[in-house]
Amino acid sequence: MRKNMVVVEGSYAVAHAVKVCRPNVISAYPITPQTHIVEDLAQFAADGDINCEYMNVESEFSAISALIGASTAGARTYSSTTSQGLALMHEALFNASGMRLPIVMTVVNRALSAPINIWNDQQDSISQRDTGWIQLYAEDVQESADMTPQIYKLAEDEDVLLPAMACMDGFILSHVYEPVILLEQSLTDEFLPAYNPEFVLDTKNPMSFGAFADPSTYTEFRYKQEKAMGVALKKIEEIANEFRDIYGRYYGGLIDGYVLDDAQIVIVAMGSIIGTIKDTIDELRKEGESVGLLKVRSFRPFPTDAIRKALKNARVVITLDKNISIGKNEGALCTEVKACLHNTDNRVPVIGFMLGHGGRDIPIHMIKKIINKAKLVEKGIFVESEFADLREDLA
Amino acid sequence: MSLLKPGHRGCAGCCDALAGKFMLDALGEDVIVVSPTGCLEVFTTPYPESAWGVPWVHSLFENAAAVASGVEAALKALGKKNNTKVVAIGGDGATLDIGLQAISGAFERGHDITYICVDNEAYMNTGIQRSGATPLYASTTTSPAGKVSIGNPQHKKNMPAIMAAHGSPYVATASIAYAPDMMKKVKKASQVKGPTYVHVHAPCCTGWKFEGSKTIEVGRLAVETAMWPMYEMENGEITGVRKIKNRKPVEEYLKVQGRFKHLFTMEGRTEDIKKIQAIADWNAKHFGLE
Repeated sequence: MRKNMVVVEGSYAVAHAVKVCRPNVISAYPITPQTHIVEDLAQFAADGDINCEYMNVESEFSAISALIGASTAGARTYSSTTSQGLALMHEALFNASGMRLPIVMTVVNRALSAPINIWNDQQDSISQRDTGWIQLYAEDVQESADMTPQIYKLAEDEDVLLPAMACMDGFILSHVYEPVILLEQSLTDEFLPAYNPEFVLDTKNPMSFGAFADPSTYTEFRYKQEKAMGVALKKIEEIANEFRDIYGRYYGGLIDGYVLDDAQIVIVAMGSIIGTIKDTIDELRKEGESVGLLKVRSFRPFPTDAIRKALKNARVVITLDKNISIGKNEGALCTEVKACLHNTDNRVPVIGFMLGHGGRDIPIHMIKKIINKAKLVEKGIFVESEFADLREDLA
Repeated sequence: MSLLKPGHRGCAGCCDALAGKFMLDALGEDVIVVSPTGCLEVFTTPYPESAWGVPWVHSLFENAAAVASGVEAALKALGKKNNTKVVAIGGDGATLDIGLQAISGAFERGHDITYICVDNEAYMNTGIQRSGATPLYASTTTSPAGKVSIGNPQHKKNMPAIMAAHGSPYVATASIAYAPDMMKKVKKASQVKGPTYVHVHAPCCTGWKFEGSKTIEVGRLAVETAMWPMYEMENGEITGVRKIKNRKPVEEYLKVQGRFKHLFTMEGRTEDIKKIQAIADWNAKHFGLE
């Protein structure tokens, strides 16, 4: 363990990272497994360690709505949520993006009801894919913490101005204790400038926000959100590099590779499963298998070009999804990776596996089983996508 | 010129436009206005135009109080609160129905905001559907009178009492038909520290089906018949009541509105009018209007 590391809970590391980003307004509503983050922030506020308005609201819907008001008034804002809470925010998520408010939320990923389940998968944030929010996915606790100032800097960039979710897997990252470096206030002040938006609610310069747009003007609002996502694609890389220069840590920009360049079999995944996949690959490489990993860090904006380049040498692509589009029998990564390769010369087969729903454990032998199954694809595509970890006695 | 500029798309005789104008006449420039979705929002801000001469924000239908509380929190956090009042102004659907939870939360948290409900007693923007504020027996597009229906079967929800129960330091009822009284109450609400509430009765010529030139007249009849009692409550106690001289029978209020026409044209409706009269009688007694 390095000298400046401390062993803390993942939620604490993130709450601490939020603190050093100096938000002006925090709204909070309890829901497992994100609760520890807002509890830690409440304690910081109670101890005077953070100078902000901390709002205990009566629902997640009001949590995001209060931030819409606060952000329009010029505040740097924060909340965290998960699962049902994020689903309850759905309508307001579109609104925050359409109004171009750089609200930042940590989404502690959890399964959706029914059946009710408090454990991790990524159905919640994936279900908000089209709301116009930036979505980054963290691999471990340190990246979850470090993602916080990065995502503020990205969201608040004057050419981006989009709300953003920093996604971390529930329990696996939020409740784990592991050694991390807590973000230094001085470095964060250097990295993340104060938020000074050009357009705010101001009695000296009255402006109207949230106007009504008819068919003659509506389309261009969507177009400009899409253009801003295009700017974010470039900024994510730049900001990750800038973070490395100041803090000395780097996790990839849009994507990251692990023994990727020469790999014949490439696994594409996001979130905490990355660690398990790396361990699996280490074992298989020792046995002479040509397996590599493509970590998707930015799901929105989706890094089409980067993924095309990263997969140009692959013979088989495996996607792992902790989510499903019910009725398509695929997870979102599977669908999107296939789509991004379609108009290219790369005809590499893409096989999807859905696993880890509702917190079901993903052991190394499961990843190995998936890899062995995917190898069969060289004899012909036998299946587009399937559940990898079904219990036969219940299925 | 009024801070609610001319050129907006309100109907001739629109009650919402009057409410918005009177509100800003009372409050002046040091105010930030939050509107939920509704007629006032739609007809004042067709992009890229705006009728608002003060800072204004609209987010969604059910969250105006939460948005207002966030604006207020931001002003405090940024050291810009000073005397600026954050005022939400929404219709009865946004207030009594879909936005009620957010209002409850914002008032419980004690933000320094004023919430003004402009109550025209149905969802007018979407085409005159009933709300929790629609009075007994009013015919709306979702509570129509018919062979086996005499219109809206429920009583109007008592929203001012709900707000008083939240411990609001100032709750008042007003009417757009009594502009000086409404402006006085809105100004007072803005000056009292904490979450305050003004419920403004607002006859809608389109939804209630009367001539656009009669908006004020119909509003006055509501007050003169005691169908709309006007009072102030401070810290839960009634501290002021607008008295009525020579209270009129409710028929005089009902018969000028198309939404109650069936009570006069269908057979055997005399008993139903008596039930409405009983509401007015209860108001007169309960609030000591006479």
